[in-house]
Amino acid sequence: MITDEQIRHVAKLARIELKDDEVAVFREHFEKILDYFGMLDSVEENIEPVFHVLDICNVFRDDVPGECLNQEEVMANAPKTEKGYFRGPRIV
Amino acid sequence: MFNPISVSEVRERYSQGESCYDVISEFLEKIKDSRLNTFISISENEALAMAEKIDKGKLSGRLKGIPVSIKDAISTRGIRTTCGSKILENYVPPFDAHVIERIKAEGGIIIGKTNMDEFCMGTTTETSYFGPSKNPWDESRVPGGSSGGSAASIAEGSSVLSLGSDTGGSVRCPAAFCGVVGIKPTYGLVSRYGLIPYANSLEQIGPIASNVKDAALLLEIIAGKDYRDSTSVEKTFEFKLMDVSKVRIGIIREMIEKVDEKVQKETWRAINKLEELGMNYEEVSLPMMDYTLAAYYILAMSEASSNLSRYDGVRYGYHIEKEMNWNTYFSKVRAEGFGDEVKRRILLGTYALSAGYYGKYYLKALRVRNLIIQAFNKLFERYDVLLAPTMPTLPFRIGEIQDPLSMYLMDINTVPVNLAGLPAVSVPAGLNNGLPVGLQIIGKPFDENMILNVALKVEEEVWKR
Amino acid sequence: MEEVIIGLEVHVQLNLLKSKLFCQCPTDYHNSEPNTHVCPICLGLPGAMPVINRKAVEAGIAVAMALNAEIQEKTLFYRKNYFYPDLPRGFQISQYDFPLAYGGYVTIETDSGEKKVTLKRIHMEEDPGRLTYPGTIDTARYSLIDYNRSGMPLLEIVTEPVISSPKEARSFLNKLRTILEYLGVFDGSLEGAMRVDANISLKGGARAEVKNISSYKGVEKALSFEITRQKNLLKRGIMVEMETRHFDEARGVTISLRTKEEEQDYRYFPEPDLPPMEPRSLIPDVKDTIPELPDAKRRRFMEEYGISDYFAKVLTSEIRMADYFEKVAKVIDPGLAATWIADILKGELNYRDMEFSEVFEAEKLIQVLKLLAVKKITEKGAVKVIRVMLDEGGDPLKIVRRLDLMVMDLSEVERLCDEVIEENSQAVSDYISGRKEALNYLVGQVMKKSRGKADPGETNRILIRKLKEREKDSS
Ligand SMILES: [Mg+2]
Ligand SMILES: [Zn+2]
Repeated sequence: MITDEQIRHVAKLARIELKDDEVAVFREHFEKILDYFGMLDSVEENIEPVFHVLDICNVFRDDVPGECLNQEEVMANAPKTEKGYFRGPRIV
Repeated sequence: MFNPISVSEVRERYSQGESCYDVISEFLEKIKDSRLNTFISISENEALAMAEKIDKGKLSGRLKGIPVSIKDAISTRGIRTTCGSKILENYVPPFDAHVIERIKAEGGIIIGKTNMDEFCMGTTTETSYFGPSKNPWDESRVPGGSSGGSAASIAEGSSVLSLGSDTGGSVRCPAAFCGVVGIKPTYGLVSRYGLIPYANSLEQIGPIASNVKDAALLLEIIAGKDYRDSTSVEKTFEFKLMDVSKVRIGIIREMIEKVDEKVQKETWRAINKLEELGMNYEEVSLPMMDYTLAAYYILAMSEASSNLSRYDGVRYGYHIEKEMNWNTYFSKVRAEGFGDEVKRRILLGTYALSAGYYGKYYLKALRVRNLIIQAFNKLFERYDVLLAPTMPTLPFRIGEIQDPLSMYLMDINTVPVNLAGLPAVSVPAGLNNGLPVGLQIIGKPFDENMILNVALKVEEEVWKR
Repeated sequence: MEEVIIGLEVHVQLNLLKSKLFCQCPTDYHNSEPNTHVCPICLGLPGAMPVINRKAVEAGIAVAMALNAEIQEKTLFYRKNYFYPDLPRGFQISQYDFPLAYGGYVTIETDSGEKKVTLKRIHMEEDPGRLTYPGTIDTARYSLIDYNRSGMPLLEIVTEPVISSPKEARSFLNKLRTILEYLGVFDGSLEGAMRVDANISLKGGARAEVKNISSYKGVEKALSFEITRQKNLLKRGIMVEMETRHFDEARGVTISLRTKEEEQDYRYFPEPDLPPMEPRSLIPDVKDTIPELPDAKRRRFMEEYGISDYFAKVLTSEIRMADYFEKVAKVIDPGLAATWIADILKGELNYRDMEFSEVFEAEKLIQVLKLLAVKKITEKGAVKVIRVMLDEGGDPLKIVRRLDLMVMDLSEVERLCDEVIEENSQAVSDYISGRKEALNYLVGQVMKKSRGKADPGETNRILIRKLKEREKDSS
């Protein structure tokens, strides 16, 4: 079954901080929902997966440069900026 | 209160000489007075400016002066677009979605952005950061979701046309619960450019209106190839009246048998009425039904887990002032910015895609997708349209369903259509205990005209009588 | 000595395309203000959707064909999911199953002869943005992000683990750069044009992956450092750990980033917004655009121009040099042209740390070599003109005139020779009496009088003739 550790691992992969009581609740939901998803185990492997429902391919555009946003528009929603850069979190 | 307004009623007022400014002002007032929490943002200035232009004769088009409300998942240039989430509470897109460009080009007036489940993840609008919308038929009940604000705004008459998006039933469900018409177009008919993605391979933007012809009009305008969406195809849509008396109808047994008795009763009443009119039907089976819900949720959650990775509090959206390491920063921003249902789906989607589970979940779901497409193809060899109730129950009370899986099961009749990429419409077909019941009409790919003509028959012969 | 096993993952920016891989933003962001070459798509704004640049796929096909790889029937874009502040969507659109091409090879020269470096696969992907820090990476309180690079088209070319030394790795990369530049899709001189991840192991040991080596010189350095590090571990009896390391270019060392337990889980799945591609259907269009490649050109140069294998190799190592040579060889003796381009001009460039792209027009070299051929200037003079043109630019004739490099007219040399013979009777009689070294003195005198403008060979010849005449007369 699903362990608290697995929930924590997935939350780490998804970059969502969880409190201990949240871990317990999500584990409970995971168990129920994954149990339900388990019905697909009986689906046979010889059926081709459908990646795209439309039967189209080779959809391209030409290599023609177009308009960019201006720097002001680019930065309009940014919480923190500095000299035309987005100011992001620390790396180390 | 259920008080929808049609396009022709508004046009009638214009032809009586009323100014666009006055008409639009009235709608804006109605939005402000509404007790249903249907809107997240009202674009009052933009709407009135557009109305003035129309009054000066500067704008024309097939939607001239018609107020249109837009689900808050669809990007509107210069108008805040939250997707029902705290994480996008202050996000203002610098571009319009393709469908918005088309509506504006036809003189339609964007009056505001409607309430919705956070990132389209819900069946009731209860997961909205901005609180749930209420059902115009009974304010203690949900309007359906996730495009609940859109459907409720049509039903209460605070807008005339609306755009929702349908990933697993999010247009059809609220249309059914609010007693209005909602179309989920064939995958690829309408450009998704500008629709904030939940599950790209499943969703389409779709019209919601008080009647079939209005919904068809809006579909005519938004349908068509857009080079910015590589999955949009070279097709247009034009609504043409047709004789439906010889249409071959299949009733999907699995979609009726398991639903609430009251819904069953109204569905059969509608079908019998069609039969009285000389139309024939047969009961058919969709054998893969049992698997579709699981397949749908696996695909939707997997795609969502990836789509929602971009919300990290750096370029836009909710952020934290304090400086910290990027890993911690992202994790905290996302913990504080997302609601529980969104987190649940991101985590489940992450799990389903993670090493060792891809084959068990994601690939399996895509195999089911193949099976359901084949099953539908087979049915469409013998039938032109397939009928079923849109929702398995009547609109339920706000807060009534707490368990996530029980909530997911509400989508059982709508998700097969998304998995197969088919067109479907929900049209009101009856009332039970003062609550509307929606009938779902499913068609072959790009056969919107057929399902809308059948829906028109239901509207005229069943609903309006 | 332990056997070294190296495999490379080379990221090549298709920087000569006009627009990015999935959006219309122009690719000429180098030297631009930050965040000025971005749009909703490459900024990852919600709702913006990617559309594939046809030319990028065609360029990928051309590269795959030039590298003898097998282009696949069907190819798909996938999402590679991971978080990093330079990645605007939280996933990179890349390829996984169904890459553009499998296999292929690049022929390189090693100390022990020709070697085929075999390739595993070639796939397309987008570049992330660029992070900088106020100060250094480990002390900065925050980062600064520029998304101009975000969405630039990349090809990832993955070799089999068949490279056996840092030097081989370097010559593989050089050859790869040559081929890519021949195809006209890549300018290797631009910043960040080629970035390498290297897998290194000693036979029998675990492999370490060194990430993001971003200069040609860095590759040899990073590999050598890593090999020494692993050898030293083994000497001390310590097992090499499987891990990912980062190359610190400034300090010339590799640093551990993460061990195997912390391996990334990229959760690949097909990008739903991009339909599949059938690249083979584009081959007919691409085929005609593939030019003559280095190895073929080298063979042709040897046959057509009769130049040595060495010269042919140097001249074809850069498409610009090869084209330059062909222009010159049309009017100038190919042997002379080859020497002057491959040896002298190339040498002067290397000395100046200049790229061939910075060289003056071929017409100018033709003028210089023409003057040399008719002995209007000396070899020394020709080199001087070339140096001035590289350093200051300018027109060869004007430079010759300004520096007074024109060789003296032969009749004038004759006159000076006569003068010198008259004025140096002692030396003349020394010569006649058999002390042949006196000639050098006389040549020197003529050169002095001509202020170095007389051709020393001609002077020599004339003096000998005139002295012989004297000899006859006096006997
Ligand atoms: Mg890569
Ligand atoms: Zn862009």
